[in-house]
Amino acid sequence: MRIRPRRWLLCVLALMIADAAHAQGTAPDTMAARVQGCSTCHGKSGEGTPDQYFPRIAGKPAGYLFNQLRNFRDGQRSYPPMNYLLAYLHDDYLDEMAGFFAAQRIPFHAPEPGKLPPAQLQAGEQLVTRGDPARGIPPCEACHGPQLTGIEPGIPGLIGLHSRYISAQLEAWRAGTRRANAPDCMRDIAVRLTEAQITQVAAWLASRPAPAVPVPAAKGSWKTPLVCGSQPQ
Amino acid sequence: MRVFLASLLTILCLALLAMHIEPLRAQGAVFLGPQRPLDTTIKRGEYLARVGDCVACHTKHGGQQFAGGLPIPTPFGTLYSSNITPDPDYGIGNWSADDFYQMLHTGKSRDGTLLYPAMPFPAYTKITRVDSDAIFAYLGSLKPIHESNRENELRFPYSNRSLLIGWRLLYFRQGQFKPDPAHDAEWNRGAYLVEGLGHCATCHTAINALGGSSEDKAFAGGLIPMQNWYAPSLTLNREAGLGEWSLKDISDLLRAGASMRGAVYGPMAAVVHNSLQYLTDADIRAMAVYLKTLPEKNEAPPTAAESGAYQISARALAHGSALYTAQCASCHEGNGRGMPPAYPPLAQNPSIQMESAVNPIRMVLNGGYPPQTAGNPRPYGMPPFAQVMSDQDIADVVSYIRVSWGNHGKPVTVEEVNTLRVAPLLDSSCSMGVARGQRFPMRKPAVA
Ligand code: HEC
Ligand code: HEC
Ligand code: HEC
Ligand code: HEC
Ligand code: HEC
Repeated sequence: MRIRPRRWLLCVLALMIADAAHAQGTAPDTMAARVQGCSTCHGKSGEGTPDQYFPRIAGKPAGYLFNQLRNFRDGQRSYPPMNYLLAYLHDDYLDEMAGFFAAQRIPFHAPEPGKLPPAQLQAGEQLVTRGDPARGIPPCEACHGPQLTGIEPGIPGLIGLHSRYISAQLEAWRAGTRRANAPDCMRDIAVRLTEAQITQVAAWLASRPAPAVPVPAAKGSWKTPLVCGSQPQ
Repeated sequence: MRVFLASLLTILCLALLAMHIEPLRAQGAVFLGPQRPLDTTIKRGEYLARVGDCVACHTKHGGQQFAGGLPIPTPFGTLYSSNITPDPDYGIGNWSADDFYQMLHTGKSRDGTLLYPAMPFPAYTKITRVDSDAIFAYLGSLKPIHESNRENELRFPYSNRSLLIGWRLLYFRQGQFKPDPAHDAEWNRGAYLVEGLGHCATCHTAINALGGSSEDKAFAGGLIPMQNWYAPSLTLNREAGLGEWSLKDISDLLRAGASMRGAVYGPMAAVVHNSLQYLTDADIRAMAVYLKTLPEKNEAPPTAAESGAYQISARALAHGSALYTAQCASCHEGNGRGMPPAYPPLAQNPSIQMESAVNPIRMVLNGGYPPQTAGNPRPYGMPPFAQVMSDQDIADVVSYIRVSWGNHGKPVTVEEVNTLRVAPLLDSSCSMGVARGQRFPMRKPAVA
């Protein structure tokens, strides 16, 4: 028996329609797709959002990012919406997420205009470049780098963050709600800072333009003046 | 080469064995059983303790495994779970296998104290003696942790355990699991796991006006107090009844945490994380076989309200639809079919349309990553929108998904979204499950 062409076509069409009704797309098999659960707060690629409190995470050292994710999951850092998202993810996957964001090279947002009187901004700058020997505070640069780009594997850059975020982090260290790998050198520094110094250094850092080479320095480029658990020497 | 491999394997096996026997000897655990249990018994006990999810409640965040002390918030105050390591002073080091079985079976401690049903003995009463002994052997093989138990902080009169007498009369049916001869061995195994060790009804049961759950309402679904998540009915296909699901989809959901029909989140994600992902193929399948038969054959037809007579304002529809296209369609697709198992479908998904809109609202507020499991090793996630959407936005977009693509859910109000904004983001299946266990005080739960 010959099938009439028209009927044959109809048959194919019907099949196609039936198929389309059931067709469900497949999600792209990429990390970029998998980290969209972070996008409303950190941006699609970790570039940050205009929100003053949500930090940029793109381009930070992978080891640093991994430590943070693990700390949020395990409670050494507290921000409930993030603690909740990471609760049932394991180290290997957190490491993959960290690697993804570390590899993103995205232009920095415009710096915040210095919000404090010049003398205070200068005090902030002084702390970064010379520290406060009287209070036993090394220059921030000594660890975070001369260009403040951070260093592999564990110390983050300090440029591209909002002043509100920076001061909140230093306060969290003082309050014990943010803890890094022991010995926690940043805690030792944060408890020695005065409230005024925190405001000054946060405002000055947030007002800095992007460094020329906004990439963390290679591991071992310099030694830290205090021992830091997150940055094995 | 063969010989080399074989000897390597032997050495490995010996090493593994040694690792298992060692703790018993080294820590000199007091063990009052008739004789030291076999290694295979301990292994089986470990598996059964997984199925029973003892760890979820008996380990506090960052604390030692099974040392207890987890705070369990309830509408009546805070309970603290017990140390169940074999410590003679603070744990169960001086217990016998008989004591242990009696506790699981009757809900009474070794000294006769009535236990709060936060410890899910109403389900564990079904556990067989053999399984109870194996769990006891496993717990006995652990390192004793010398950590005292914390006093419960329940308000008067709930602090008075004699109130439990009344509760037990009304809601506790003591008795081991009895196989149903009308069904095969696989179904009965599934029933045993779901009703007994798995204590699924702890969450998946409606609370009645007396703050108790009656037998005939088992698995009928309900809101988990304190946690504000809704555990859907497993007996109604129009909620999470699995009558129309394939065995594969059920198994994937329970063990991998994600399937072609949906993914787990909230307290259910914790259950998969702590317990279900470790179950064997055979046990997961048995559970699936049993769960598939739970929905009533003649499901009562949906009420007029449920059949889709809802009105949604043109404004809400337009606004919700625009938000959906901008914020949700990239994952759940414009037609609501999603990209499963990565992104669950929203169209024709009963979980979106249930009478209670708590779960979809909370998903949009809090987002979520399903648990990382062997079957779903690199989960996709959903971002939270609480930080970027107003209550009105969320009410409109949730209303939109509840009435689109043939869905028949009731639109949600701004007030519903607003109350859920402050819902706690705890990650412990215990506190969630246990809050359900707080059915004893004769009062309606605070959240309704
Ligand atoms: C609800 C908004 C929100 C979401 C969603 C979110 N984060 Fe965060 N994230 C924050 C905030 C706020 C902080 C700073 C918290 C603090 O320490 O106070 C932060 C901090 C971080 C940090 C540390 C940054 C630093 O410089 O120390 C990392 C890394 C991070 N988030 C990664 C992620 C990843 C990966 C995801 C997705 C799985 C995610 N976040 C989802 C809001 C969010
Ligand atoms: C001895 C080394 C050292 C010095 C000096 C130091 N830091 Fe740090 N800093 C670290 C390390 C290590 C970390 C990463 C900690 C972690 O793993 O969470 C860090 C992290 C930070 C962060 C968190 C960044 C983020 O994205 O969340 C801030 C903010 C910070 N430092 C500010 C400062 C300031 C301001 C100074 C100077 C007053 C300073 N640090 C001096 C070692 C140092
Ligand atoms: C949903 C939470 C939850 C789960 C799951 C749970 N328990 Fe408990 N358990 C509790 C709480 C709460 C108590 C304390 C009850 C009380 O004070 O009345 C307790 C008490 C106990 C006690 C001590 C009783 C006593 O008299 O001191 C033992 C032993 C025990 N549980 C063993 C187990 C074992 C074994 C499992 C797993 C098969 C398990 N529990 C699972 C919450 C839980
Ligand atoms: C701690 C409380 C709790 C326990 C215990 C619990 N569940 Fe759930 N379950 C929930 C909640 C809440 C939801 C709704 C969230 C979701 O769909 O993932 C849910 C959802 C489900 C769903 C529907 C998922 C969907 O996508 O439609 C199934 C099936 C299910 N549970 C089966 C079980 C089984 C089987 C057990 C016992 C082994 C169990 N649950 C134990 C709280 C619980
Ligand atoms: C980046 C991808 C992504 C986006 C964007 C997204 N979702 Fe989801 N959605 C998911 C994933 C993944 C899950 C499963 C999460 C889990 O199990 O924890 C999910 C789950 C859900 C659920 C629960 C489904 C169920 O079976 O109960 C609802 C409801 C939902 N999403 C609604 C929305 C709405 C509304 C929006 C927009 C406001 C949205 N989603 C945006 C990925 C996404």
